[in-house]
This record gives sequence, C-alpha cells and structure tokens, in this order.
Amino acid sequence: MSTTEIDRQWTTRLRRRAAGKLPPEKLLPDTQPTYVASWIYVFGVATLSSLIVVIATGCVLALRGPYWWHGSPYGHFVNSLHLWSVELFFFAMVVHLWGKFFMAAWRGGRSLTWMTGVVTFLASIGAGFTGYVAQTNFDSQWISTQAKDGINSGGVGAYFNPLDLGQMLMWHIVLLPIAAVVLTGLHVLLVRIKGVVPPFDESAEAAQ
Amino acid sequence: MGWLSSFATIFPLNNLGHYLHWHFLLISRSNLIVTILMVATFLAALFLPFPGRRSRKENQ
Repeated sequence: MSTTEIDRQWTTRLRRRAAGKLPPEKLLPDTQPTYVASWIYVFGVATLSSLIVVIATGCVLALRGPYWWHGSPYGHFVNSLHLWSVELFFFAMVVHLWGKFFMAAWRGGRSLTWMTGVVTFLASIGAGFTGYVAQTNFDSQWISTQAKDGINSGGVGAYFNPLDLGQMLMWHIVLLPIAAVVLTGLHVLLVRIKGVVPPFDESAEAAQ
Repeated sequence: MGWLSSFATIFPLNNLGHYLHWHFLLISRSNLIVTILMVATFLAALFLPFPGRRSRKENQ
C-alpha cells in the first residue's frame, strides 16, 4: 500500500485529527492555570466522582432485579449509597452550574462545552425521575400517579408512561445512563480541548 | 445500632413532610434546607481561600 493510500484511509485521517485536537499532554495535563486553584473549580470533578459512585452502586442494584433490596440489609445499604450519591451528584452539579453561569463559561469558543453540560443536566433530571418511579414502593406509586397527569397534559403519555414500571426501569438503567455517561464524557473531552474557562479579569489580561 | 435510633429520633423520616407556604411559593422544609445549603456552599466556594493558591502564584 502506498503512502498516499495510507494517508487517504479514514482511520489515518481520524487518528491524525484526534491527535491534533487532543494530544496526550492536553488530555492528561500535569499542571493547570493558577486561577483553577479556587473552590469553585472543584464542583465539576465532584459531580463526576458522584456519577461514578451512582453508576457503580446502580450496577450492584441491577444484579438481582428491581425488588430484592427491599428485604436485604446489604441491598438497603447499596440502595442508600445509590440515593445519597445521586443527592450529592445533583448538589455538586447545581453549584457547578451556578459557578459556570456567573463566569459565562461559554466564552472563548466554549459554547459546545456549555451546551453538552445543559443537555447532560436535562438527561440527569430524567434519570433521577425514572429512578424515583422505579423504586417499587408506595413513594414510587405516589410519584408516578402524580406525574402521569402532568405528562398526559403534555400529550406524550402514550409514549412515556410513568405507570409502566418496565418502561421506566429500562429508561432508568439503559437509555438515560448511556446518555448521561456519553454526554459527560463528551463534556470532559471538550473541557480538555478548549481548556478551563478563565475568570473575567484573567481573560482581559490575556487579551491585552 | 443505638446511635442509629438516636439519629432517627433527631431526624424522624416516618412522619408527613413539613411544607412552607408563602403566596404562590410552596416548598418542603427538606428542599428548602438543601437549597440554602447549596447557596451557602456556592458562596463559600467563591470566598474561602484555596489551599496553596498563594504559593502557586509566587512560583509563577
């Protein structure tokens, strides 16, 4: 195979493009700018860490189906870890969102980073909702019967039925986690490509 | 497990939730506490000094 033919292969072109956009030292950097040494920059990683615990505990809960943890002390413990890591996930994500909103984190060509964060937030709300209605207890019965009226009034009840445990469970353990994890991965890659957004005074200094 | 029962006495979770109602605003006490904690955390993150920040600036 000639060099020209190799150059034209999609694998070669994709590899070169990926390596150009995201060289290893950018993907896993050794240092960060000084302005990153602030507590407000911690909440993105806190959200990501919580997500890892959410996924890990969710995998343990999935091992024996949607009911087993009701009667098992071990199941109760894992379920509590799942719930509290979700609480922490949303807590950290909201503080991260406020921080990035007030520093206008979409500056400097970072609009796609901002938008992937927005869509991840929406997917996570869906994942949280389907989790609450998949608890298989009185709480989930109450939430789903209340939610069905809201969803029916929006005209989508025929496609998304909170009273259908099977559908809610599939959305909760397959579709929405895939969406949340893929979008989070994309969000983190975009942060690596574009870099962490600087505070307003730092970007003004850089522009001068 | 004694400490768990005393924890349950301080934070009873088997009762009906408490709600605060002010004009159109209706919020459960627990949600209000979480919201206040988030705002407090946000402000703390803005104003509390980050460990080692000064030495990093001096090194640059």
